[in-house]
Amino acid sequence: MSLDRADVTKIAHLARLAVAEDQAAAVASDLSRILDLVAQMSAVDTRDVPPMAHPLDMPQRLRPDAVTETDRRDEFQALAPAKEAGLYLVPRVIE
Amino acid sequence: MSLALHERPLRALAEGLRAGEFSSRELTAHYLERIDRLDPELNSLITVCAEPALAAADAADARLAAGQAGPLTGLPLIHKDIFCTRGTRTSCGSRMLDRFVAPYDATVVARLEAQGMVMLGKANMDEFAMGSSNETSWYGPVRNPWDRARVPGGSSGGSAAAVAARLAPVATGTDTGGSIRQPAALCGLTGIKPTYGRVSRWGMIAFASSLDQGGPLARSAEDAALVLQAMAGFDPRDSTSVDAPVPHYARDLEDSIDGLRIGLPKEYFGEGLDPAVRRSVETAIAELRRLGARTVEISLANTRLAVPTYYVVAPAECSSNLARFDGVRYGHRCADPKDLRDLYERSRAEGFGPEVKRRILIGTYVLSAGYYDAYYLKAQQLRQLISDDFRRAFETVDVIAGPTSPTTAFRLGEKADDPVTMYLSDIYTIAANLAGLPAMSLPAEPVGGLPVGLQLIANYFGEARLLNVAHRLQQATDWHLRVPPGYE
Repeated sequence: MSLDRADVTKIAHLARLAVAEDQAAAVASDLSRILDLVAQMSAVDTRDVPPMAHPLDMPQRLRPDAVTETDRRDEFQALAPAKEAGLYLVPRVIE
Repeated sequence: MSLALHERPLRALAEGLRAGEFSSRELTAHYLERIDRLDPELNSLITVCAEPALAAADAADARLAAGQAGPLTGLPLIHKDIFCTRGTRTSCGSRMLDRFVAPYDATVVARLEAQGMVMLGKANMDEFAMGSSNETSWYGPVRNPWDRARVPGGSSGGSAAAVAARLAPVATGTDTGGSIRQPAALCGLTGIKPTYGRVSRWGMIAFASSLDQGGPLARSAEDAALVLQAMAGFDPRDSTSVDAPVPHYARDLEDSIDGLRIGLPKEYFGEGLDPAVRRSVETAIAELRRLGARTVEISLANTRLAVPTYYVVAPAECSSNLARFDGVRYGHRCADPKDLRDLYERSRAEGFGPEVKRRILIGTYVLSAGYYDAYYLKAQQLRQLISDDFRRAFETVDVIAGPTSPTTAFRLGEKADDPVTMYLSDIYTIAANLAGLPAMSLPAEPVGGLPVGLQLIANYFGEARLLNVAHRLQQATDWHLRVPPGYE
């Protein structure tokens, strides 16, 4: 599997990760090598093999529908890079 | 003449504290002095917590004086910087979290703190635990105390280097594809990755959630057992935590291993294994036979598929988990974003290093429309086959043994430019994560002055058995007692 610079640009956009123009070729080459490694998977016939969802045969646990966490909004929001009046600030989305 | 404090195992330290031979404050100050003096050449710690550690030591001394101490009270440790610690920066080895101070403690941190353990600092690590050499850290590489031109392994490389250099008696680590066992092997330590679900992942920054598991890196199986005892157990805050009683690990340590059936996977001793490492591992296995174990060759036929499978599953889960780092709620934010997309893309591009980016991109690609079946679904099917290999093996053997890593510690920079070569250094450790099985590494005979790891893998919840086998071997050998020159 070989990716080119256009593929990298597309994947990078999906991942919301800027890849500098002068790095795109190197990234494409690294990713292609990793996908070559991964391609060894296709040598195995897995037609009747169920995909493994969890190592242990364990049902999802349920808990009582009750509030257990306290309100720590201020503490959590103190970590934000930009905030105002209890809101997270981002660049204007709608003009 | 009695042993210096940093030479003593955990149980001896606990006894010394109880007997009043020294205080936790003295013990903590002793280790802080070593960190201060020796860590600049190793870079094993990202954050040193001198003042909080001394305060915690005083609290531990008060507990000891009041007769309310447990087996770990007053003993120092280092946490991998992936575990959230309230009030102390948790960086995960990334610029993204360089200024992140978690508003809560990870369950592992809280449990060990409740025991009265004293946190000396936070260990360096590969960025977001993605790496096998500790060279991807934003805070610079860690050096191996056995040879500072070499890597300590990764991703728990700081934890391993610190314990090997006697900067702490024990450290926590996490293991997604070998990140406890491989650095333990390369630094001459005893490290255990428990069964998936045995140790809570709450507050442990997620890399690949179906594989991640925390555990201790220690100097002996006995020390590892003591600390794992406190780490393990059900946590309602982790939806994959297993609600099953934790056995008393220390109690079973002395059990005889006469008649123990050990499987030796032929795929773990083939091409790619350094011949000197192979001889060392075989010497350790011969010692286990001398202690009464019987060995039989087995086959884990899908071993060669473990690395390719892992490099779909782990990046896929990584890309999902790391989507949360968006520059909005916490973490790094770029300067002067021109719009929302620019904010996301540049904050992430500046906050993450090259290896993390590679894995996010691979993960995004394999999960993108049209590729899911060919990659992620296929990988989960192979994961089942790899898991089935182990299930069949454990019908006839009690424990599987082999090398932890195909080589001893490699040189800094040797594999740093070649991601795929680096990935292959985890060839023997990854399968246990894919299957969710407990596995450990313990020292075999060193080769050329460098440590070698013997890996043991057990069936689900077989941690007590692993620790027992390791302890018996350590009773009969002295490989785990070797100290890197200059750190005695």
